[in-house]
Amino acid sequence: MLEYAYLIPLYPLLAFVLIIFFTRWKERLSSAIAILLVLLAFVHSVFVLVAMLGRHGAPVELSTPFIDHLIIKLELGMWIDALTAVMLLVVTIVSSCVQIYSLGYMHNDPRWSRYFAYLSLFTFSMLGLVIANNFFMIFIFWELVGLTSYLLIGFWFEKKTASDAGKKAFITTRIGDLGFIVGILILTFYVGTLNYQEIFEKVTSGTLSGGILAAAGIFIFCGAIGKSAQFPLHVWLPDAMEGPTPVSALIHAATMVAAGVYLVARAMTLFAGSATASMVVAVIGLITSFLAASIALTQNDIKRILAYSTVSQLGYMIMALGLYGVDYAHGHHSAGYVAGTFHLMTHAFFKALLFLGAGSVIHAVHTNDINDMGGLSRKMKTTTITFFIASLSIAGIFPLSGFWSKDEIVASTAGHPVFMVVTLLIAFMTAFYMFRLCFLTFTGEPRDKERFEHAHESPKSMTGPLTVLAFLSVFAGWVGLPWLHRGFSSFVYHDQVHHAGPHYILMIISTMVAVSGIGLAYTIYYKKVISADALARRFKVLYKLSFNKWYFDEIYDAIIIRPILGSTRVLWWFDANVVDGLVNLIGWLTVKWADLKMWFDRYIIDGTVNGLGYLCMAGSWMVKFIQSGSVQFYTLVVIGGAIGAVLYRVTEVGFYFYLIGLIIVALLSLLVKMTRPDRVGTEPNIEG
Amino acid sequence: MLQYLALSAILFAIGIFGVLTRRNAVGILMSLELMFNAANINLVVFNRFVGPDNLTGQIFALFVVVVAAAEAVVGLAIVLLLYRNWRGIDIDRINIMKW
Repeated sequence: MLEYAYLIPLYPLLAFVLIIFFTRWKERLSSAIAILLVLLAFVHSVFVLVAMLGRHGAPVELSTPFIDHLIIKLELGMWIDALTAVMLLVVTIVSSCVQIYSLGYMHNDPRWSRYFAYLSLFTFSMLGLVIANNFFMIFIFWELVGLTSYLLIGFWFEKKTASDAGKKAFITTRIGDLGFIVGILILTFYVGTLNYQEIFEKVTSGTLSGGILAAAGIFIFCGAIGKSAQFPLHVWLPDAMEGPTPVSALIHAATMVAAGVYLVARAMTLFAGSATASMVVAVIGLITSFLAASIALTQNDIKRILAYSTVSQLGYMIMALGLYGVDYAHGHHSAGYVAGTFHLMTHAFFKALLFLGAGSVIHAVHTNDINDMGGLSRKMKTTTITFFIASLSIAGIFPLSGFWSKDEIVASTAGHPVFMVVTLLIAFMTAFYMFRLCFLTFTGEPRDKERFEHAHESPKSMTGPLTVLAFLSVFAGWVGLPWLHRGFSSFVYHDQVHHAGPHYILMIISTMVAVSGIGLAYTIYYKKVISADALARRFKVLYKLSFNKWYFDEIYDAIIIRPILGSTRVLWWFDANVVDGLVNLIGWLTVKWADLKMWFDRYIIDGTVNGLGYLCMAGSWMVKFIQSGSVQFYTLVVIGGAIGAVLYRVTEVGFYFYLIGLIIVALLSLLVKMTRPDRVGTEPNIEG
Repeated sequence: MLQYLALSAILFAIGIFGVLTRRNAVGILMSLELMFNAANINLVVFNRFVGPDNLTGQIFALFVVVVAAAEAVVGLAIVLLLYRNWRGIDIDRINIMKW
């Protein structure tokens, strides 16, 4: 099964092609095809993971040359190691759950088939991204997931905000991708190949200078900044929540946004070779995580809270990976790499679950605003329970999966005190905002009676995936239990196995932090001992900063969008007046020149031709009078000619005199003829 | 011989004058006959004074008389047709060959 792993991305691609070209008009069939093929990919991924476990994570590479040029070698191929196998499984599980869930959520959508086609295309791209064995291929799939993300965010494009959000996501990530491609070009230039292993060999052998490594690392990380919505390009992800909720769960929570983390993990050798690049990664991750968590505290849109939570958790993973790189560059191993990839996996499950749960809630009450919800636990049992499981998991409560992975992240900050303090602060905020969301949504009195009356539990096709993901949210983390000596950390690792072992003190601290966060949310939003409004008034500046998302959109509007619009206006003026003016002037000149040529043509060329014609006509007009029609005149000419000929033979002088005489006679007769009215033909003249 | 030739020349000149000046088509035909006969006189005279041993000139004159008779027939037929079509034979009016 392992050598056929390249088929895994091709199943969803087949589904996409089938739906788009053949079954678009048969909606049920389209969704059946999409789900069956993604399940097939899932089964295949399971086999791949089992096979990888059997060979203790020994990687498999299969590739075929695509372009083999003097300076660059491009290939199409797959690289399967433990990380790939885990990612394949995560992507196919979440994709399967989301597609089944969509059967209920997208009920009666007019673009049903297209929706499933897009989901299939996305799954294909994401699996291809994971399975790629070189930067050339990963970049192609990187752009493909960006495209499908754009298509699905703007899926309900009738809504202006949705189509705008699609554009924002596409353009913002494009900025990061520019950096990514620059990084790839640096590698192309200095290494001459894009194959992961060949590049990493060059890096570890030390043939590349530190500066080049740092530049390549930071530029490649730019791609991750864009795709994983890291500071300062994080602004697109909350807006991307305009897409259908299952899409948010699949693309903007579990898989595509994790691609940036995957990229950093995949290129770990590159980052580990440069402390500078790794430090940049870690700092960006930390800033993002803190900013996003602080913004999530005060938002009111259920999906936006989850979106900022996603950004925050992605920042966590990136920070862990960055710190690992820093430690590695300084010569000692830490748990960061395992922590980042482990959290990537567990987060995919519980964040997908949170989004699908939120989708279930939105499906029931038809609003995103948590102020209009409340008390929903009475109506939606399954949704409430699974949502609470996921919230406990993300908050990091023993023994749910989030606890183990988050614990490892906290452990990986050991030796970096600032990072550790902020990480714990973020953990506190995470627990707080998640339970603020839970309490406001599911407990207390319903604040919008009418919506509450219409609320109902979602259909089986939606609660089923919720249950599966809830199960995974609880148990998926157990593969990485610190007491396990052959757990996640001895399967997915960079360079060499680093098993951290349990840190009881850290566990106690992080649990206390999480519990205090939940406790604070409980006192404010459940018991209502402390008034949330009073707190907001008390810390007005902080509240405003958080509520307005640190004014990032406004700042970008002021320093980027407005200047661009202004400059485009200037350029437009230049275009409309100078360039168009020039073009019009040339056009005008051409017309004038053509007029001139037309005049020349008409009067000089045509004039010459016509003039020759007129000359001929005039000449023939003069000569035609010889044809008088009178036989006697003709005879006279003949005889006159004969006489002339004879005369010429006899005496030349006489001939000339004769000629002159003839001319005089002719002129005289002409004169007579002109002065006398023509007698001939004026009246019938019958003579005997 | 000179007298004969002079007669012939005078006859020919009269014929030419007639052809050029007569308006009557029949008159022109008659003038043509004069020119034929002037030529016939020439033929006979030269036969008599230059080569009296053979009769070439005389026989040629006879040919001319015969041909002239045929020509007169054709000419008169044309004149008859002209008369039918033009209600007259005034040669000045018959100018359909004019430009």
